[in-house]
Amino acid sequence: MAPSFEQLDPEDDYDGEEEIDFSDLREQYEVRMEEGLDTFIVIDGLPKVTPSQKDKLVKFLLRKLTSVGRTKEENVFMPMNEAGEESEGFAFVEYESPAQAAAAVKALHGTALDKRHTIAVNKLTDIERYGREGRIEETYNPPQIAAFEEKEHLRWWLGDAEGRDQFVMYRGDNVGVFWNESAGAPEQVVDRMHWTESFVQWSPKGTYLTSMHTQGVQLWGGPNWSRHKRFMHPGVNLVDFSPDERFITTWSHRPMEVEEGNPVLSLEEDGKNYIIWDVATAKPIRSFVTLDLPGPTQDEEGNPIKKKIQWPAFKWSSDAKYVARMTQGQGISVYELPRMNLMDKQSIKIEGVMDFEWCPAPPQRDNIREYEQLLCYWTPEMGSNPAKVGLMSIPTKNIVRTRNLFNVSDAKLHWQSESAFVCVKVDRHSKSKKTTGTNLEIFRVREKGVPVEVVDNIPNTVINFAWEPKGDRFILITAGEVTQGVAVPPKTSVSFYCPEKVKGNAVGNFKLIRTVDKKNNNAIHWSPAGRFVVVATVLNQQSFDLDFWDFDFEGERDEKDKDLTANLQLMGTADHYGVTDIDWDPSGRFVATSASVWKHRMENGYHLYNFSGTLLREEPIEAFKQWSWRPRPERLLSKEEMKNVRKNLREYSRQFEEIDQAKKSSANKAVVEERRRQLEEWLAWRERTQADLLEERRELGLPDLSEEREALVVDEAEGEKVVEEMFEEILEEHEEVVE
Amino acid sequence: MRPILLQGHERALTQVKFSKEGDLIFSVSKDHLVCAWYSANGERFGAYKGHQGALWTVDVDPSTTLLATGAADSTMRLWEVRTGKLLKTWDYPTAVKRVEFSEDGKQLLALTEKRTGHLSNIYVYDINPDPEASQTEEPSLRITVDELPRVTVAGISCLSKYIVTGHEDGSISQWDAKTGELIHTAFSHDENQLVSDLQWSADRTYFITSSKDKTAKLHDTSSLEVLKTYVADTPLNSAAITPEPTQYVILGGGQAAMDVTTTSARQGKFEARFYHKVFEEEIGRVRGHFGPLNYVAVSPTGHCYCSGGEDGYVRVHHFDPPYFDFKFEVEREREQGLRF
Repeated sequence: MAPSFEQLDPEDDYDGEEEIDFSDLREQYEVRMEEGLDTFIVIDGLPKVTPSQKDKLVKFLLRKLTSVGRTKEENVFMPMNEAGEESEGFAFVEYESPAQAAAAVKALHGTALDKRHTIAVNKLTDIERYGREGRIEETYNPPQIAAFEEKEHLRWWLGDAEGRDQFVMYRGDNVGVFWNESAGAPEQVVDRMHWTESFVQWSPKGTYLTSMHTQGVQLWGGPNWSRHKRFMHPGVNLVDFSPDERFITTWSHRPMEVEEGNPVLSLEEDGKNYIIWDVATAKPIRSFVTLDLPGPTQDEEGNPIKKKIQWPAFKWSSDAKYVARMTQGQGISVYELPRMNLMDKQSIKIEGVMDFEWCPAPPQRDNIREYEQLLCYWTPEMGSNPAKVGLMSIPTKNIVRTRNLFNVSDAKLHWQSESAFVCVKVDRHSKSKKTTGTNLEIFRVREKGVPVEVVDNIPNTVINFAWEPKGDRFILITAGEVTQGVAVPPKTSVSFYCPEKVKGNAVGNFKLIRTVDKKNNNAIHWSPAGRFVVVATVLNQQSFDLDFWDFDFEGERDEKDKDLTANLQLMGTADHYGVTDIDWDPSGRFVATSASVWKHRMENGYHLYNFSGTLLREEPIEAFKQWSWRPRPERLLSKEEMKNVRKNLREYSRQFEEIDQAKKSSANKAVVEERRRQLEEWLAWRERTQADLLEERRELGLPDLSEEREALVVDEAEGEKVVEEMFEEILEEHEEVVE
Repeated sequence: MRPILLQGHERALTQVKFSKEGDLIFSVSKDHLVCAWYSANGERFGAYKGHQGALWTVDVDPSTTLLATGAADSTMRLWEVRTGKLLKTWDYPTAVKRVEFSEDGKQLLALTEKRTGHLSNIYVYDINPDPEASQTEEPSLRITVDELPRVTVAGISCLSKYIVTGHEDGSISQWDAKTGELIHTAFSHDENQLVSDLQWSADRTYFITSSKDKTAKLHDTSSLEVLKTYVADTPLNSAAITPEPTQYVILGGGQAAMDVTTTSARQGKFEARFYHKVFEEEIGRVRGHFGPLNYVAVSPTGHCYCSGGEDGYVRVHHFDPPYFDFKFEVEREREQGLRF
């Protein structure tokens, strides 16, 4: 037992200090010099000054130094040369904490003092680490290039013999990829638990499947669904690809906190929200902070206002040569890939700019041969200046076309998928500031001088607009005024437009084909191949209808429509309770509609329709979250080849039908076989248990049938049972009043 | 055919049972009332009054002389079917959740609820089928279930050989009906999804269990092996087996009663679902209730079935001829094969 304090004899003082070996403790508690020096920085490149000038220089430096951290005059040490006549041109500064020192390095390194002096600011420990002799080899050793490793074929799924499409389903904790079968249940390709933490996303050409995690983003692909790339972005919320899949943008709501020594991220990324990555190397190219929209950050009671973020904030040009971000009200910053440098070293100033969109395909303007991309943007009315819509050519920054507009309360920009048109949906208000209607200003980009066609006389507010992909027709949905205090949203009308027939190759004026009133629809989903479209009601509690329309119906044409380039026909309607999402497969043959648990908990699952609205399959799935078709890259067939396919369509469809038929009959056969087996098995089991039971009953001396089964046996002698029923019928009813 | 609506209860139905000849229907409800009805036309035959609490369960003996009922007033009562006379009352510390006669009608099982301070108990009494005779007070067997999770349903197998119980954790147990020894436990349903019903085939050699895990399973009585599984899209409250030669099972359920007010009838899935017993495929649904189905029962004759709902109605459906004619191709093929 160790002696306690009281038991220690005060006389018997411990005096053997010398004998005890403290070396282990000393080692443990030794102040690590390098760690203690973390608060020091070294400033190089200072002007050489005489002792009399020194104080002035130190004061001048201090102003800069204290802007990022706390230090004092006596903590700035500027050594003089041996003669004491002149300073050495460098200084040591001690800050209060290593963090301040790090911030100073970050902020002040490379700052110009005047025209001749630019200071280099480094941590003292870094100088110790790298600056000492022998720390860095004098001769250049080329880096080791790792041996070539063959990657999996990333586009393997396109080689499917039956040309099937894939889709991903996220339900419960599982993410599964399936082959879509034209008949029967989808065939599972892979299914993994906890593959993602929030959602999954395909890259634009379908090469990768993106999974989201707290630590960052991962890309998966190839026939084994192995991990191909990992992008570390703590707390990432959203992700966006460039159209060619070479770059990826990740965004987190909270600014990143990067500690020194992070293998992927550098201090450059600390405090940023966006990172733009190079997919091939999985290295960050440049990072940015979120730009808050202008306006108050707090409401009247001082609560912070939640601002909607614009997504994607970084918009890619169709060839991914540029990515642009708008600073609302001020201008657009265009960055050039792959270096992510600001084009011409400055942002494009557009006062008041509210929104912009890149053209989605390389533009083909009349008489323009040079390479260009187009940006469409709009600015609101400012003072006495009218609102403006502009088309700008990049990289020349020439304004191709502008149009002045008046009484504008809002505008939305809609490019047609081939950049042939851009439609600006303009919400107009009267002088009293009450919104009265919508105009469509359609810029005909391909025609000489970019003429603008105006479609007006739209009485109500347009809530949705969509161009036909690769076509020149469009649909818009208008809604009546919202009645105050009524939970039911106003009825909507769906209007279909197409160009008039004109001679030659030109596109005629846009004309209304038809308006369907008293609908609830709010969503337009065109087939990716055009012609067919689903107009639907999503995220609505009362109605959930899907209308399947054909713009080129092959039947009789209405006399009044003979001048139009469309023959509109409703092919079918369907009903999917609680539908939240609609997704066309990339071939335009199937439409998947789903009810996601993210939006509500009722009847989650999916329906699969063909393009004409025939229900092919429905599957209720517990905790169904997401459905997404795997996109396909652009076609490799030349125009001639495609024409050939179209010409020989009959021959091809005959072949496909044969395959389908064979598949169907073999599937049917399998089902029948399985049923036959089940029935045989069941009957055999029944026979066995019945025999066993009978034997057991007889052994126990009981009758063959139990009492309860005996009750059912109708006695032969009794014959048919007679059931007597009494009916009472009231023939007449009298009511007599007795005085 | 148009269903017959039995309107007599004011609160949710808890169990409905056919007499063994199929001519009478006995229904119990939370309104303290036991009713008997003619299955052919839905006319009320009579009521058995006396219980002081919500009724949970009812059963009738093979000769339709004795009727046993169990209720939340912690009693099991025995009645004469014909006269409505109360013959015997057994008192317990907790509610009676299940009563069942053995197939010969000579034994009666009672299951009491597990409540604070009291465990689930299974009692078996020897019953004298004569309504004039006095019935025993003491059970011939008493099983106190202390080591297994709460018992929700129980039944007696063919030849009164086993007692089978369903538990709140989704497991099924088999006990020796003579000694009360636990023989075997099978974990058939999803963990912690309670077994809501257990009904026998006509000869009690196999049985069906329904569960909140949205499935019903067919079990072999002696091995507890799962023979078939029927997957529904809603929590199930009850499942019944149609007597041979038809090969169907009927499942009933719907969203839990407490959630019903928040959803429409369409949402609640208040339908009786018919599945093929052997192929496990859904064949059809019968709509009508506007609350979850708490119990489904098939007449031993196989000519009709009835369902008792949370909505307070009993719906009796007599099957139409197509029901008896419907056959899968392999079944038809087999029948023809046997004929020639």
